[in-house]
Formats: sequence, C-alpha cells, structure tokens
Amino acid sequence: MSSTDTGSTAGPDAGEPAGEDVLASPREAGDAHEIGEAGSQLSTAPVETAMPGSFGGSRAPGATGWLAWTAREVTGWARWIWRQLTSMRVALILLFLLSLGAIPGSLIPQSGTDADKVQAFKDAHSVLGPLYDRLGLFHVYSSVWFSAIYILLFVSLIGCIVPRTWQFVGQLRGRPPGAPKRLTRLPAYTTWRTAAEPEQVREIALKVLKEKRFRAHVDKDAVAAEKGYLREAGNLLFHIALIVMLVAFAWGQLFKSEGDKLIVEGGGFANALMSYDDFKSGNLFSVDDLTPFSFDLKNFTGTYERTGPNKGTPRTYQAELTYSEGAYGKERKTVVKVNEPLVIGDTKVYLTAHGYAPTVTVRDGRGKVVFHDAVPLLPLDSNVTSQGAIKVMDGYRDARGEFDQLGFSAFFVPTFAGAGKGDMFSQFPALDYPVLALSGFHGSLGVNAGLPQNVYQLDTTHMKQFKDAKGEILKARLRPGETMTLPDGAGSITFDKDIKEWANFQVTQQPGSDWALAGAFAAIVGLAGSLFIQRRRVWVRATTGDDGVTVVEMAGLGRSESAKLPEELGDLAALVHEQAPTTSDEDAAPADAEPPVPAAEGAEKQ
Amino acid sequence: MTLATAHDLGAVTELATATNEHLANISNTLIYSAMAVYTLAFFAFIAEWLFGSRSKVARTASALTANGAQAAAAAPAVTARKGGTTTVLERPKVVTRSASGARDVPDGPGAHGGDEQGDLYGRIAVSLSVLAWGVEAAGVLARALSVRRAPWGNMYEFNITFSTVAVGVFLVLLALKKNVRWLGLPLITTVLLDLGLAVTVLYTASDQLVPALHSYWLYIHVSTAILCGAVFYVGAVSTILYLFKDSYENKLVNGGKPGRFATSVMERLPASASLDKFSYRVNAAVFPLWTFTIIAGAIWAGDAWGRYWGWDPKETWAFITWVAYACHLHARATAGWKGRKAAYIALIAFGCWLFNYYGVNIFVGGKHSYAGV
Ligand code: HEM
Repeated sequence: MSSTDTGSTAGPDAGEPAGEDVLASPREAGDAHEIGEAGSQLSTAPVETAMPGSFGGSRAPGATGWLAWTAREVTGWARWIWRQLTSMRVALILLFLLSLGAIPGSLIPQSGTDADKVQAFKDAHSVLGPLYDRLGLFHVYSSVWFSAIYILLFVSLIGCIVPRTWQFVGQLRGRPPGAPKRLTRLPAYTTWRTAAEPEQVREIALKVLKEKRFRAHVDKDAVAAEKGYLREAGNLLFHIALIVMLVAFAWGQLFKSEGDKLIVEGGGFANALMSYDDFKSGNLFSVDDLTPFSFDLKNFTGTYERTGPNKGTPRTYQAELTYSEGAYGKERKTVVKVNEPLVIGDTKVYLTAHGYAPTVTVRDGRGKVVFHDAVPLLPLDSNVTSQGAIKVMDGYRDARGEFDQLGFSAFFVPTFAGAGKGDMFSQFPALDYPVLALSGFHGSLGVNAGLPQNVYQLDTTHMKQFKDAKGEILKARLRPGETMTLPDGAGSITFDKDIKEWANFQVTQQPGSDWALAGAFAAIVGLAGSLFIQRRRVWVRATTGDDGVTVVEMAGLGRSESAKLPEELGDLAALVHEQAPTTSDEDAAPADAEPPVPAAEGAEKQ
Repeated sequence: MTLATAHDLGAVTELATATNEHLANISNTLIYSAMAVYTLAFFAFIAEWLFGSRSKVARTASALTANGAQAAAAAPAVTARKGGTTTVLERPKVVTRSASGARDVPDGPGAHGGDEQGDLYGRIAVSLSVLAWGVEAAGVLARALSVRRAPWGNMYEFNITFSTVAVGVFLVLLALKKNVRWLGLPLITTVLLDLGLAVTVLYTASDQLVPALHSYWLYIHVSTAILCGAVFYVGAVSTILYLFKDSYENKLVNGGKPGRFATSVMERLPASASLDKFSYRVNAAVFPLWTFTIIAGAIWAGDAWGRYWGWDPKETWAFITWVAYACHLHARATAGWKGRKAAYIALIAFGCWLFNYYGVNIFVGGKHSYAGV
C-alpha cells in the first residue's frame, strides 16, 4: 500500500478506458468481504459459478425414483452446459476460434469469389484438393464448422445479454448500495473534521453529488452515490448491435441476388431473370423479390488522359441512363459512375465495365443485307484491344443460294499503331484510329445443338475458313466504312462508321444493408460508451466523533483502477469541503481522533 | 459472363494527375533527411540510456524484495488531515490505494535513470525526433502534392505515412505530458527500419501511379486505418515491455537475482502494472476507431464493388484483427486471463494487423492489390 499515483502512466487523450476490474468477481478481490455489498453489481459481467458434478443426487428406489433422478441429472447437465456456453471464458474461446477459423478462407481460394482459382488448385493438388473439399475449405465462410462457431458464439451472446439486461434494469430501478463499514479500504479516500452537523454535511453532499449527476441517496449515516450507468448501457448496446449486424448480414446473404448485363448504347434492360447475362442468388431468394424497374443506356462517355505518365487513365467515365421505377414508372434521367451506382430500393446498379461495339453489315452474294448490328467485343487490356465474334445465324444464302451460317472472328483496336507498326494492340483507349481485323468462316455455328454457347467465341469445329484466291486465309484490317469481300461471290462484310460503346452493369439486390449499417454505428457508439465511461461509486459518511466534532469521510470505488477516480473524488470533496470546511483547533479536540492513523508516506506534509 | 476488367475499372474515375517530378525529388530528399535526423535522435536516445545506467535506482527491487516489502507494509494506507490552527479552505487530500493482491511497484524514473546528463540527452533526442518528424511530414506532404492524391497509393507511400503517424502519436502523448519517453528508443529504432525498408525494397517512383479509387469513404477508411495501426503499434511496444518488466518483477518476487543489464534497464522502466495499463488504454482507445475503419471500408466496398462484405483477404484480415483485439478486451474482463495471457493476445492481435498490412499485400493479393508492393 502506498499513495503512489496509480495513474502516473496515464492513457491517451481519447478518454479513460476503464476495464481493469478491481472487483470483477469476489474471488479475485481480497477486499470483497470488507467492501461487501458496496462493491457488488458494479457491472453485470457474469461470474463464473458453474461447476460440473452429479446433479441427480441420491436416487430413490423404483422406477419413479429413477425417472426423477434422470430428470434432475438431465436438467442439471443442461443447465451446466448452458452456463458454460454463456460464460465469458467460453465466449473468449469462441471469439478466438472465430478469428482462427477465418484464416484459411483468406489463404485458400474460395469458390464464392474465384471459382477458376479453386478449379486450378484442385487440378494442381490431387491429394489436398479433395481433402480441402471435404473440409469445406473452398467455401470457409459458409462451411458447417465456421457456421457452428459463429452460431454458438451468438447463442452464447444472447444467453449472456438477456440476463445481463435484466440485471442492469434491476440495478437502474434499485439504489446505489450503502456505504461499506470501513471506507478507508477503498481505492480513493479522504477525510476531514468539520464544525457542521452530520445531517448538514450529508445534505450538502447529497446536493453536490446530485448536481454532478450522480444518482444519490442517504443511507443511514452516509450518502451513497453512483454514476456512469451509460458504461453498462453502452456495453449492452454494443453486444445487441452485434446481433443486429449478424442477422442483417445473414438475411442479406440469403435473399441477395446479383446479376450482370451488358448493354450497347441505345439498348435497354428490364429487371427480370430472363434479362440477365449472368445471375447468382442467395438460397431463399425468389424471382418475385426482384425490384421492378427498367433502364436504357443512352450514352456512354469515356475520355482519357492524353499525355504524361498517366496517359490512358480515364478522366470521365460514365453512363447516361433513363430509368423508371416499377412497371410503368415515370421516366427519369441519371448518370451512373464507377463508385456512384443507381439506387432503387434495395437494388443498386453499378457500372462495372466498358468496351466497344463496332457496327457491321453483312450482305449475301446477291447484295441483300442479312445482318446489321452493333457487336459488343470484350476488352483484353487497358487500351481496350478487343476481341469477339460476329455470328450470322439465319437469312444468309451462299453463292449457290443455299442456306448457310457465317461466323467472323473479330479483333478490334480503338487506336491502331499504324500499318507495319507492330501488331494488333491498341495504343490508346479512345477511338482515335479504329481498326477492325476480321477473318471469316462458314458452316454450322453449332448454335442449334442446344448447348449454351459463348457469344464472344466462335466454335469453328463445323466451319470452314474462307480462303482467298491464292488459297491463303482470308483476313482484312478494316477502317470504318471499308468492306471485306468474301471469295467466290459469298457476299461481304462492312465495318460501318457507327461505332457504339457498351457498358456492363452489375445489378445487386441485398436486403438488410440498412440494418447492418445501423447496427454498425450503434456498435461504435456502444463501444465508445463502454470503453470510455467509468462506472463508479462515491460514499460520504458524516458521523460525530468521540470528541463531538463531525468527521467527514469520503471514498470512491470504480470498476477499474483509474487515475480519474481519485481526481474526481478530490473535486467532489473540495465542493463539500467548501460548505463544511475543516474546523480549527480551537473548537476541535486533539487531532488524533478518528480515524487514528499516522501520516502516510508521500501524504501531506505538515 | 465475367469480364476481366470489371474491377479494374474501379480505378478509373480518379482525375488523372500529372506528376510533378520536381516535387517528387524534393519529397525523396526530405525523407532521406528525416532518416538522417532520426538516426541522430536514435543515438541521443541511446546516450540517454547509457548515461542513465550510471544511476543505481532500484525502486522495483526495493519494493519487491524482503526489506523493501517490509518498508512498504509499514506505510499506512490512509492519511488523516489534521486540523490546522484556523479553518482551512484547501482541498482535502485524497489517498489512493491499489487493489489488494496487486503488486505495489513504483514506476521507474525513465531511461535517464535520474541522471542529469542522461536526461539532457533524452531531451535532445525528443527535440531531434520532433525535427525529424517535421521533415518527414513535409516529405509525405511533398509526395502527396507530387502525385496530387493522398499519399497511400502503394506500400512505399503507406510506409512513410505510417511511420510519420506513429511518431506523431508518440509526440502527441509527450505533449500531453504523459510519461512515455521510454517509448522513444524502440519506436525510433523501428521507424528507422520501416523507412529503410521503404526507400530500398518498397520504393516506387512517384510517377508509377496506380489511380486511387475515387470515394471519400476510401480516404476516411485508409487514413483511420493508418492511425489505428500507429496507435496499435505503440500499444504493442508497451505490451512487449510489460512482458519483460513483469518477468523481471516475478523474478524478484521469487527471490531471483536478475542480471546487471536487466536490472539496469528494467529498473528505469515504469512498473509492469503501469505498462500493462498503458497498453490496455491505448488499445482500448483505438478499438472503436478500428471498428469504424472496418465499417468505413465496408461502406466504400459497397459503393465500389456492389457488396459491403465479401471476405476479400484484406477484409478478412481486418476482421481477424478486430476479433483478436475484441478477444484481448474480453480477456481483460475475464478473471484468470488478465496480465500475461491478455498481453499475449494483444500481441497476436497486433501480429494480425501487421500481417494484414504486409503479408496480405505480398503473399495473398485480392482486390486490395492497388496497394502495390
Ligand atoms: C460476437 C462476439 C463478441 C464480441 C466481438 C465482443 C466484444 C466485446 C468487446 C470489444 C468488449 C469490450 C468492451 C468493454 O470492455 O466494455 C466486450 C465486453 C464484454 N463482453 Fe463481449 N463480445 C462478444 C461476445 C460476448 C459474449 C458471448 C459474452 C457473454 C458470454 C460477452 C460478454 C461481455 C461482457 C460481460 C463484457 C463486459 C466486460 C466488462 O464489463 O468489462 N461478449 N465484448
């Protein structure tokens, strides 16, 4: 014991986090007997009491005896398990397991985020692959064992919060406990002798404490006061917010949907399953959940840095849309940018990619237009070198007038390096010098085979490549307006001057995000309250000493040992002292009256 | 259909910026100068410790060894204010008393050990640190201006910003008159290592700009992440020192005789209880901010990628770090897990933070790969 300032290594300015229990459980604090009731319930943290053992007790003879015994045994064990599960220790272990369990998902490819990598991993590891698969390591965050950890944790959490909340409500309705017998035993203590009457002192103290927003009342010869209930409230709020967040997240996962749609300028989209190029949804999602809306892509604008080290970096990058909510909503205009989605209810429409869609016209041998459309091509690099396929499925007749199908593999660069200068790689993302390179095939596109086909790839297994007169593969690099004639009167393909742009949109619908956000902010508020507010008690005892002079004693007790507590006690004491000052020697008895203590080291020098 | 470029486009709305080569060179010069001044500060801190070793304070030992304990026990818990001759209107004196069972060890006097010359060097070291910090901060600023965006586009920039903020946290604590000068030597040592790593291995010429993703949530997210990291780091240093000091005190209590070097160093550090409390407070104080950092990241991810949480490696490790620190705070509240055990958890938690910062960028990748190595 000494009067060393416990807070000499004080904390950061952010506040006074209070977490070091002085009295978390009676077992720990040797002082508990002395402080008794006064130190109880300074928190609602559970005390570990559960002890396994035989719950059944003695078994009465006969079947009923056995039944009763079994019932006692079962309920006893059930209660024990429940207590274990909701204990702080198990919460700690589960939390630890949760962080441990999250690790493999960050190191092993996950099918949810990168299915290709998972496949590659399986191909490369013939032993580990199946093993990981069995353990659910390719989808850790939806695996049985990971779910088990967090479900147990949250059961534990609920089992912990409910009783704590009741206890806290009880504490709020009750009053701060009365003063312990020996205030000198408390972490912060002060005393003086005054001429004021004990009742007077208590009244003063009550007023001072109430003014300082303590909950205070007079209990026998002392005033008992407490402050900082928000700490507990904050802690409960934090834990409840965690539950809200989890439920919101789980809800969102189950009911979410996510789809992609590529739209060429002038094209449109209506939110129905059929409209998507690609669609994923949560387990409980149903098609009826899709928010009804539609939009058209009017125009895509991309401009790019022309010079300097960032040449090619987009400056503007946006899609102008008209959209309408509901089936027959009013048409409205909007602009969607990369980080600025269009939001309609739970649904967000993101701009995720962009490319070019050159318009081509295909004519048959007789000059009849059999195909005229903008064909979206997929970008391969940041300068939008693009690749794709043009498929003429029906309406085409070859030179002999027989039905056939045409396919062109297309390679497109918005900015060509120039003839003879390197290969077909774009030099810049804007349409400075567009060139379309084509080669053609005829035969069966294989579209009718019933198998879904990639629109950007040509399946040439049943096709023949066009050859020129010399028997070499027919190919051409076209500038806008130019035409490639197919051999033997098979027709022609023209690269029209109208080059359109396309944008890819990701449409996601995730209900519950608002709840998750609200929960998150509630969690922060609760945490701040829980960590920065100190819950503490102050007692002021005023008694008449043996010599008839009033002795005032003040003491403070916090949930944690903190430098702020003695400081605050000093401030409060000063306020009380102002109105009930130390009495002079003339009207006081000898100084060694109660409490009989010699001067402490480091204490006031006289 | 999956588009290879889908997410690369996240990087595109940022207004392209012309690099100002001149400013970039100034920035490099400033960073090198800061390293030079930090080196001087480092030597001054060493000098403080060396001169401090002349003093023979042994407060810890005397408080914990047999004779000392007696002396302490003799000291009473309470002082009564004895009446003066007239009515006294001073504040009543508050006496404090630690929880029973707690070791009552006074704090060491600091690295200088009460030695006047040591103290002088300590002050010089702090002044040099302030100077170096100013130069480094200017370097970071010049870098930011040269690329016309926040200075955390790659790991080089992240490192120089991080060490600036860490030293800043230290200096703020000093300015608030907290007893933290003992942090100086370990902190400046690691800052030098961090900068050394930055200018050699991690250096990225400032014109190699990976455009930052355009959202103010990103700015909030990354700046608070750096601040949290710096504060967690200060907490971790204190936790490590706590573990050493605690072993030292345990040895004394058990009648052991620590070596001369250990005695000399440990006697000058704050008491283990103070170190423990300091690291706890530091960690607890930033924990809500760390929570906020993750949430800000989630909001931004929601805008940029269409989902606020997708178990991307960086997200996952931020979550792991968060849970580990929550574990630490829980441990403190649970009987039987305080002290050393809680300290180990705090170190593990900081290890998670470090891994998220270096490990994920280097070994794992993921969508956050904009923070290119
Ligand atoms: C989802 C998992 C959980 C997380 C992330 C979490 C996080 C935290 C954090 C950060 C604190 C520190 C705030 C403070 O010291 O006041 C805390 C305190 C606390 N937690 Fe949890 N917790 C979780 C689950 C639980 C469970 C399952 C229980 C009950 C068994 C529990 C009981 C408590 C109690 C009693 C405190 C307050 C201790 C005190 O009064 O100092 N927590 N929790």
